[in-house]
Parts: sequence; structure tokens; C-alpha cells
Amino acid sequence: MTEELQSVPLEAVHQRLGAKMVPFAGFLMPVRYSSDIEEHNTVRQGVGVFDVSHMGEFVLRGPKALELIQRVSANDASVLFDGKIQYSYLPNADGGVVDDLLVYRLNQEEYYLVVNASNIEKDWNWICAHNTDGVEMENISAELCLLAVQGPQATQTLQKLTDIDLSAMDYYTFCRGTMAGIDDVIISATGYTGAGGFEIYVGSHHAEQMWNVIFEAGADFGIKPIGLGARDTLRLEMGYCLYGNDIDDTTSPLEAGLGWVTKFSKEFVNSEALKIQKAAGPARKLVAFEMIDRGIPRGHYDLCAADGALIGSVTSGTQSPVLGKGIGLGYVPTLYSKAGTEIFVKVRDRLLKAVVVKLPFVKPTV
Amino acid sequence: MSIPEELKYTPDHEWVRTETDGTATVGITDFAQSELGDIVFIDINTVGQTIAQGEIFGSVEAVKTVSDLFIPLTAEIVEVNQAVNDSPELVNDDPYGKGWMVKIKLADPAQMDALLSAGAYKELIGH
Repeated sequence: MTEELQSVPLEAVHQRLGAKMVPFAGFLMPVRYSSDIEEHNTVRQGVGVFDVSHMGEFVLRGPKALELIQRVSANDASVLFDGKIQYSYLPNADGGVVDDLLVYRLNQEEYYLVVNASNIEKDWNWICAHNTDGVEMENISAELCLLAVQGPQATQTLQKLTDIDLSAMDYYTFCRGTMAGIDDVIISATGYTGAGGFEIYVGSHHAEQMWNVIFEAGADFGIKPIGLGARDTLRLEMGYCLYGNDIDDTTSPLEAGLGWVTKFSKEFVNSEALKIQKAAGPARKLVAFEMIDRGIPRGHYDLCAADGALIGSVTSGTQSPVLGKGIGLGYVPTLYSKAGTEIFVKVRDRLLKAVVVKLPFVKPTV
Repeated sequence: MSIPEELKYTPDHEWVRTETDGTATVGITDFAQSELGDIVFIDINTVGQTIAQGEIFGSVEAVKTVSDLFIPLTAEIVEVNQAVNDSPELVNDDPYGKGWMVKIKLADPAQMDALLSAGAYKELIGH
């Protein structure tokens, strides 16, 4: 890709803080401010702030908005109520996944879809192509700054900035209100870390003001900026899928373990084929595994049986900062997918022993 | 970014120091450790082997990435730093000191002159 990198509103702030900036999904993003492990532990034990403004946000409005969402996404958005959020995905017509996303219901006729940065254009075009009933669509990605304030001390930090009772908010709900004197902020009890906390959507022109007040509010708790490096290790300890690694246009959502957000009580893109696949049982599954031998699994490494036969490949892997050992996700034939099964990861021509485990790797605190 | 004057460097971001006993010590530079981030595993199992210049003698694993270690000059690997095996973070904390990686016996010590000076390495990384 040779196209120019896009900037997030807080780019200068990250640079001032000494962040290492890297291209990610077409944006120049902070991957690390000090140390991946320190940042990871800050979120697990205290509170940290991620700038995830690269994420995309679409508004869908009108009497047919829900119908369109029901058609393009696999989860059942009809169960949503005002202020409720749902994890879902967009299946494609060929058995794969266009993207995974969050669906926010603002009211009966207005929804936000929050999508991966790398897929903004693809998702937009995909949903537009299915919008045959004149649903009003708006891409507000560039107008919003998204700050994820995560960790056990996130609630106490943010409570200083708003009258909304944050501790009363259930996981996967949101409020629209005033925070630090800024109106029309969306406070969302979501995150990608398993450490608890909120995601704050604020107009880009208020981004720096919001960033600064959050850091003032969290100073007593040792609040720190957190890069995308720690975001990845935090999400992997929970076993959350990352689009582009664990799921993509070619992976079956059922094999990826997204059956729980696949609702056959309604019709949606490719639902008939997925129903047949579900009935037959998936041929392979995305499994979580921990290293027994010392070594670190990485994306695209081979997964093997004890005799060295190739059985699959790693989609995500890292050293877990909390567990102090290698952890990973990868696809293997269903036969090898049961927890306790020994599998082997091929690391630089050596077969290192690992064991299939149940997720999450680390107990979440939400 | 620390680049000690007395060391020699490679374009692969390694440093080499000749010792008085005729061996040389090899590690990765301050720039390399800072690019890699937290180092969690040094994987070297080539002790006793003679490795040709530019070939891989091990790997350094950071949280986010893995990087090969290339031998700066044809040499035998005579010792691996046990301390970085137990505490890989030493490479981040003290890349030119306690965080050294291997001791090597050069096939031809005169080749040391072909490595980069501190000034040339500094230019290479643009600092």
C-alpha cells in the first residue's frame, strides 16, 4: 500500500509523549510509549488510555435501519434497546467475514456501527450495496476521537468528570451525556482488554481537551498512555479475535467461534449456507493454546501433530505478560480442538510442545 | 541513543567488542533494543558451532516481534550469556553491558576492521 497515512487528531500529543509511531491500518498510530509489558500491566492493575480514533463509525438512520442491520449482520439486533451495545459481524456471501463490529442502538431508528479501521471503506461499500431501502447512512469516522480508558481504576478516574453514575452502567451499555463540560459525549462500557473500563467517543475538536482532563483525573491512580502493542497482548490474553489475524474474508465465522453471535432466528447474508455448515459441524476450529516448551508462537507459524504432520497454523501469538509464557490462537482440525490436546508449534524448524486450553488465558475483571 | 565509541557495529544493529583473551563479545545495539521493545526470550542454541559471516546464530524475541541474530564475522560461538537467558530484560536495560549475547572466536580477527565504526553506525540509523 502506497497511499498516504492518515492522522489521528492526537498525533502531535503522542509524538510529544515520545511514542513510537507505526503505520497501522492506514493510520500513523502509537504502538508503544515506554514498554509493552509496563503498559500491559498498567491496564491490568490500574488504568491506561488508548487512542483508538482510527476505528470507524457509521450512523444508520431511518425506519428501515434495523432491517438493514439485521440483513448484513449475523447477530440479532432486534433485541437491542436504547443504550444497548451488541458485538456482531458482517458475513460475506462466500462463507467468510467482511468485518466484526459493535452495534449501538441510539433509538429505534438510529444506530451506530463501530468497525475496524482497516475495513472502513470495504464495510461502507458492503453495507451501501445492501442498502436497498433508502436507509440514511453517514460515515462519521473522521469526526470522532475514540479514547479507551481501561483498567480496574477506570471507573474512579472517569467518575470525577461526569454526573452519570458510571458504576451503575452494565457491560455493553452506553450513555450520551456531558463529560468534563463537553456535551454529546458517548460513554460506552466496552473495551478490548478484559480489564474493565469505558470507551469515550468525543468530537475530534475536543480530543486534546478530553485527553488532558482524563490524565488529570487519573493522576492519583498512575494513569498512563497505552500503545497498540499492549492492546494486542491484552486482547490476546482474553482470546478476543482480531480481524486480519484470526478472522478475515476467508475464515468461517463458525470455525472462528463466532457461533454465539450467529442467530439463525432471522435471515441474513449467507445465513442458509452457514446453517448447513453448523448442522454438519465445522471441519476445523480456532483454538487457544499455551506453550509448554519455552518459545513464543507467532502468526503464520505451522501447528503440527506429535509426529510432525502439519495440522494448521497460528493466527495470533505472543508472550503473555501476565502468564509469562507463550500463548496463541490458531486453526486446527476439530479432532485436535479439545482442551488438553497436545499440539506442536513449529518455531524455527523445531517442534515445541503446546496444549489446547479453554479461553480466556487470563481471568477478566469485567 | 547510546553508541559507545570503542565498539564496532554491523548494519544488522549488533555490536562487537574484542576482548584481551582473543575472543569477541557480541550484543545488540541500544537502537535495536528500543525498536524491538520488551525482550522476553533469547533463543540461541548454536554454542560450539562455527557460523559463516551473516548467517543466523539465534533469535531475539520481544513481546511484539521476533528478530534473527546474524553473526557479524565468521566465528565459533564459544559462550552464551546465561544471565540473558534467565533475565532477557537485561538486553533492554544494559544492551552494551550485562545484556551481551554471545562470546565468539573469530576465524580471522583482522576482519574486525571491516565492521562499522560508531560514527558510521550513527549515520546508518540516522541519529
